[in-house]
Amino acid sequence: MRDVAVIGIGCSKFGERWDTSFRELFVEAGTLAIEDAGIDGESIDALYVGNMSAGRFVEQEHIGALIADYAGLTRAGHTPATRVEAACASGGLAFRQAVLAVASGMEDIVVAAGVEKMTDAGDSTDVLAAAADREWEGFAGATFPGLYAMIATDYMHRYSLTREQLAMVAVKNHYHGSMNPISQFQNEITIDTVLRSTLVADPLRLFDCSPVSDGSAAVVVAPLEMARDFTDAPVTVIGTAQASDTIALHDRRDISTLDASVAAGNRVFERARVDRKDVDLVEVHDCFTIAEICAVEDLGFVKKGEAGMLYEEGQTYIGGDLPVNTSGGLKACGHPVGATGLKQVWEVVTQLRGEAGKRQVDGAEIGMTQNVGGSGATVVCHLFRRV
Amino acid sequence: MTVARFWRKIPQRYNLIGTKCENCGTVFFPPRSLCPDCRRDGKIVDHHCSGRGKVVTYTVIRTASDQFSNLTPYVLAIIELEDGCRLTSQVICDPSEITFGMPVRSVFRVIAEDGPSGIIHYGTKFVPS
Repeated sequence: MRDVAVIGIGCSKFGERWDTSFRELFVEAGTLAIEDAGIDGESIDALYVGNMSAGRFVEQEHIGALIADYAGLTRAGHTPATRVEAACASGGLAFRQAVLAVASGMEDIVVAAGVEKMTDAGDSTDVLAAAADREWEGFAGATFPGLYAMIATDYMHRYSLTREQLAMVAVKNHYHGSMNPISQFQNEITIDTVLRSTLVADPLRLFDCSPVSDGSAAVVVAPLEMARDFTDAPVTVIGTAQASDTIALHDRRDISTLDASVAAGNRVFERARVDRKDVDLVEVHDCFTIAEICAVEDLGFVKKGEAGMLYEEGQTYIGGDLPVNTSGGLKACGHPVGATGLKQVWEVVTQLRGEAGKRQVDGAEIGMTQNVGGSGATVVCHLFRRV
Repeated sequence: MTVARFWRKIPQRYNLIGTKCENCGTVFFPPRSLCPDCRRDGKIVDHHCSGRGKVVTYTVIRTASDQFSNLTPYVLAIIELEDGCRLTSQVICDPSEITFGMPVRSVFRVIAEDGPSGIIHYGTKFVPS
């Protein structure tokens, strides 16, 4: 297997992009990424597109071909384009497919992209519920916030996590997001903002939840041995891992532990041969505040039930022991579902290049991403190192 | 939902007919046609679940999808049946009543409607017992 490096990144502005269509969103991030890599369209060997539900959000399937077409890749090269779907982990999974394609030697230069246009849909709550078990969760009236709320209820009953500590996740992510130009929300909030926001599914309130967003992100990967031809600052993918669990929350071994996150985390650290303490920053899947609490525990950064103190002490801020979601996370930066996994890669690579401006983590060398599909049925993790 | 999609699950939705692996004895509700532990060595048969159980975790849904928005706020819970399996269902009670380990029993109720002229979905909800 060959070592793989990221040679180009691009991310659109996240938010309610009323004036921009699905295909225009993709072109925006794709263009930024190939310009960043300094390549032209002809040199792209393959394209993987992460997208959860264009069929429901914009009534469009056959996304691979559509994207290849509007990215101008169907003339000379007839570039193969493949859609990858794993609900909210679609982007991370698209990136993993690109890494595997290059590592295997099958392809040299591959683009992984993610895109979601959510604001064109009427009932986005119902579309998102399709990431869970439609027959036995959705039909009973479960919503996505409802499933994570049941995790939060269980967690807070068993471990010492206060409502205020849970709110600190959102406060920290808004603070980080306020320093990220592409972030959907640029405003800082307080614990009070969270606690006074409307209840969505007890105990989760509006400010515990990631928003409905439009956006896209794209990343170009190549063999490490070729990377210097394109960039002075290649970032190596030192580990890729993926794990599955039951589609329904009620079938899990433990309600408050995402076993797929534990498995993917263990595998990626094993493959990369680095320790948890070597990680300088991590982008985790905070679709809800409780998800970030579970993530830092399930990935092994702290023991189960101890994340609350990490937040109380402010250790997850930039400058802390473990900066989490320096992009603003899904909460503040936004969560265009299929794009999120690639935005996480974009943020980690930006940080490892030292190009994150005001939100730069000083001396960052190793970064991690964790992208979750559904309530934990798919988890994709990656580790990156500055070359 | 099409009529067929609803109709084929009537025994399960109305009467909690799950399945059981006769090889290892595990009961599955929602039903499975392959035992995840025994896989091809398992022998799957129908199993009528008791309808009695307890609340494992819960929430109160305040914002629902369009199909359930007329019900808000409603209590949603994961319930462990006496048979050992777990399912997600609504519990008909005041949101302030729901607690961990609360004993509940199944009842037959309307779950949702596919608009004014679509099919009415019946199924199982739970009440405190």
